[in-house]
Amino acid sequence: MRRAAMIFGTLLALLAAPGSARAARFRPSGQDPTAKREALPRYRFVNYTTANGLPNNHVYSVLVDGDRIWAGTDDGLAELDHGHWKIYTVADGLAQQAVLSLALDPRTGAVWAGTMGGLSRVSAGRIDTWTQLNSGLSNNVVYGVAVQGDDVWVATAAGACRLNTRTGEWSLYNERNTPMREIWAYGVSAAPDKVYFAIWGSGLLEYTQKTHAWDIYTDPDGENEIVLLKDQGLIHDITSSVSYVDGVVWVSTYFGDSHYDGRYWHNFLTKDSGLPSNFTNFIKGVDRNRAWFCTDKGLAYYDGANWAVYRPNLTTGKPEMLVRNAAGRVTQVPVATAPAHNYILGIDFQGNDIWVATAQGLSHGIYQP
Amino acid sequence: MNRPKLSHPERRKPQPCGLRRRRTCISGFLLSSSTRLQSCRLKIPIACAMLIATALFRPAPVAAAPKPSLDFTELYASPLELLTSRDGSLLYVLCEGTGDVRVLNVATGRTLRTIPVGHNPRGISFSPDGRRLYVTNSWDDTLSVIDTQTSQVVATWNAGWEPSSVAEDPAGQTLFVADRIGNNVTVLNAATGAVEGTLEAGRGASYMAAAGRRLYVTHVYPNPGPYRTPPHSEITVIDPATAQVTDRIPLHSIAGAFHIAISRDGRLGVVAELHPKNLIPLAHVEHGWVFVDTLTVFGADVGRPVEIPLDEIDRYYAMPFGVAIAPDKSRIYVTNAGSDCVTVIDTRRLLAYIRAHRRPFAEDLSASAHYVIARIPVGKNPRGLVLSRQGAWLCVANRLDDTISVISTHTLEVTRTFHLAGPTHVTALRRGEQTFYSAQYSFQGQFGCSNCHIDSTFDGLQWNLEPSGFGRNIVDNRLIESLRGTEPFKWNGMNPSISVECGPRTEMFFWRSQNYDERTLSDLVLYIRSLPERPVRWLAADGQLTPAQQRGQAVFQRTIDHLGQPIPEQNRCSYCHSGPKGTIQKSFDVGTKSSTDSSGLFDTPQLTSIALTAPYLHDGRAQTLEEIWTLYNPHDQHGRTSDLTKDELNDLIQYLRTR
Repeated sequence: MRRAAMIFGTLLALLAAPGSARAARFRPSGQDPTAKREALPRYRFVNYTTANGLPNNHVYSVLVDGDRIWAGTDDGLAELDHGHWKIYTVADGLAQQAVLSLALDPRTGAVWAGTMGGLSRVSAGRIDTWTQLNSGLSNNVVYGVAVQGDDVWVATAAGACRLNTRTGEWSLYNERNTPMREIWAYGVSAAPDKVYFAIWGSGLLEYTQKTHAWDIYTDPDGENEIVLLKDQGLIHDITSSVSYVDGVVWVSTYFGDSHYDGRYWHNFLTKDSGLPSNFTNFIKGVDRNRAWFCTDKGLAYYDGANWAVYRPNLTTGKPEMLVRNAAGRVTQVPVATAPAHNYILGIDFQGNDIWVATAQGLSHGIYQP
Repeated sequence: MNRPKLSHPERRKPQPCGLRRRRTCISGFLLSSSTRLQSCRLKIPIACAMLIATALFRPAPVAAAPKPSLDFTELYASPLELLTSRDGSLLYVLCEGTGDVRVLNVATGRTLRTIPVGHNPRGISFSPDGRRLYVTNSWDDTLSVIDTQTSQVVATWNAGWEPSSVAEDPAGQTLFVADRIGNNVTVLNAATGAVEGTLEAGRGASYMAAAGRRLYVTHVYPNPGPYRTPPHSEITVIDPATAQVTDRIPLHSIAGAFHIAISRDGRLGVVAELHPKNLIPLAHVEHGWVFVDTLTVFGADVGRPVEIPLDEIDRYYAMPFGVAIAPDKSRIYVTNAGSDCVTVIDTRRLLAYIRAHRRPFAEDLSASAHYVIARIPVGKNPRGLVLSRQGAWLCVANRLDDTISVISTHTLEVTRTFHLAGPTHVTALRRGEQTFYSAQYSFQGQFGCSNCHIDSTFDGLQWNLEPSGFGRNIVDNRLIESLRGTEPFKWNGMNPSISVECGPRTEMFFWRSQNYDERTLSDLVLYIRSLPERPVRWLAADGQLTPAQQRGQAVFQRTIDHLGQPIPEQNRCSYCHSGPKGTIQKSFDVGTKSSTDSSGLFDTPQLTSIALTAPYLHDGRAQTLEEIWTLYNPHDQHGRTSDLTKDELNDLIQYLRTR
């Protein structure tokens, strides 16, 4: 009864909110629905597994740094440099063998690796490690990491952290000093103006660099896992990843995905988009309108109107590419290759190419003009 | 973040009336009040006191030392580094003591100009076009930009924490500054001085050499590593064009790397360095048990990096510091700062020896006879050196007698000595400093105080000094800044004073031969006690505690735990670490006794510059401040800390960094 009252109240509030009408009219910013769009990209996938140098087929994360490709696997950090693999393990100083997240410091070229046992920095072969025992890191399970200027922002199983690399100061953010209710921080995205954390069970946490203020965005439906009004806010509180690009936030959850431009929300569900699954592990925006979605049923690309899905067919395992246009019509594009697996965990870009972390290998999507 | 302007007039000009009035005669030594020093956050390092703080106590009567004549107003030039102008007519001398650059006529040795810079300048270099001269002011955290045409400082820029050397990229767009406390290289815009980033270097990043598309950086303290493993250091290699670290050349078993030089063709690199033997018992001085003074040579001419000894079987050449390679690569010149000489190496013979010996020979002291061709005596504590353009002469900066030795590379003899303007007599304080940096007192000239107290600080190592048997009572080397009021010394608290620490205790155990006479000892103690605290870098811009540090201070001072229970007095941070230096000057058992320790009672260490002196605890087992409590305080014996949240522990550490 109480839950029904809350839903009803929420519904009334949303209907009364002036933004709700605008939200219903939302389109990704800058998008002109009448404009002719480029064709959805096609790729030839080359897959790397233990058969050709990867230390483990479970690839949690991938990072592109120019010609170097970094893969966070279940058995160490792998670096692919001009066709040659170099593997970093605990013996080399890595905090833990399972590398969950990766970030590049573009100023120094250092690679930050979040692992199941701490945070490591790889710089020209030297590895330095921070753990909850030897540093101010709040927890050893590092789900996400991002670099912005002198700051390294860390998403851990016990909240968010910031390491100032110049002073060595750690700042911890948790339920005691931010609006987060849960402290499982799964993802982080940092920019000069904002830092966003995907907090599992607590929605989207926002930090404003200028004011040092925290804010939070949660699902207006609460934990009811229903959508009373589409695009009224964050699709779900069980967030898994966030990507902040061009002033727009892309958020993935285990129950659909969201896009927020600072004023309007737009949500994506399998029932009304080209998403192959509502269970999204990772999301990465290309710009205000385009993003990649790493789901448990394939890799999806959204260009602001149309969708493409790349995966091995869920039944046959044969490569497939599905295209869904803005009108909702789905077609199949003949392809000869697909990512190594349909359970996708991460993606990064190398020019027009993509690199994809999957549960059964690392995939290089070579752009086909 | 804008840091407070760090000004430390005491270091250069300890004569202001206010300070002079505070002088008090204590135990026969004239000491300045700590009040002013503390307000300026200066600290005192001891040299020979590594021995003091860590080693064996031999009770012995000490005769009252004669009261030295003291004059704190004397400012010696203390030349540290040298450069020559492009045409070779001018010699630029960086004077650490007076905080200036002196421009000398090479032909006459006459000082033409004196350019004041900041406090404790440590590094100097030209811009690629020679129009600018850069000086790093290590205690001001600034970089002075000097117009070489006008000899005027035209800009002063912030440059990281304790900037120690500087280099500009060949394109003249980017400046790189090695920061000793920051452990990094700060990247500056050469036009504006704006900080564009920091690059992680080795711990105590200090010296650089630029060679085309590569910039090489060394560091004076070993990188952090697992407990009781050989120290390791690196040469950090930076691509100046991209301002990124591209390589790290490992320096195995090295703790203390100083100048680095690259040949003009870029094919040969040389690093001056210390190879400590801190993991073995130090009971066999006759076996050369403390240090090997070495170089690492690397580059295309060598292949893999090779460490080579400079010492001889029965004679050591302590503290290799400056290094230069002849324009034709025929010779390598090295200043031995603790032995007051320049070692000359025949490069051809060296490379032949390296090619003939593929196995490591760094500890084979017979090797040097195959490539060392001369040892040239120079002044006291020779540091930087510079070759003329054609390599016909070599100038050496003798830091502790204010002279420049000019050496003919043809005859390998000192042909002239330039005397820099300054005090004409040697004060007791100056004599103490000379003693501190000299290896002449140790058996076979193996080492001096400054070997373990690099530039009067510490070395980041743990030593097995063997006061009670092999493998027992391993101790971490402690910082020797601002020691007054921190007595007793040694981790077991057995040495009541510096004079005991530096005197009878070292007489046989360390030196084995000649010990200090009374005047030398009193001078040395005077110098050690004069060493100021260094500036604190972690405070807020206004010099006050940040909110996190204020919270940490409250944790430090708390008397009730989170359960509402009173914390016993001896279990409060603020009890044992009380007073201005953070020590109650007593020993306690904090639950850290190991199987190799004879006792669980350890002297309460002062907190002076605690943030800089990892590792921690008496034997250095804690790699970080956090580990003191997360790993090595399971029963709350080292303060009541198990009820602290991670946030509070972080705050506490932020506060400790301000001490």
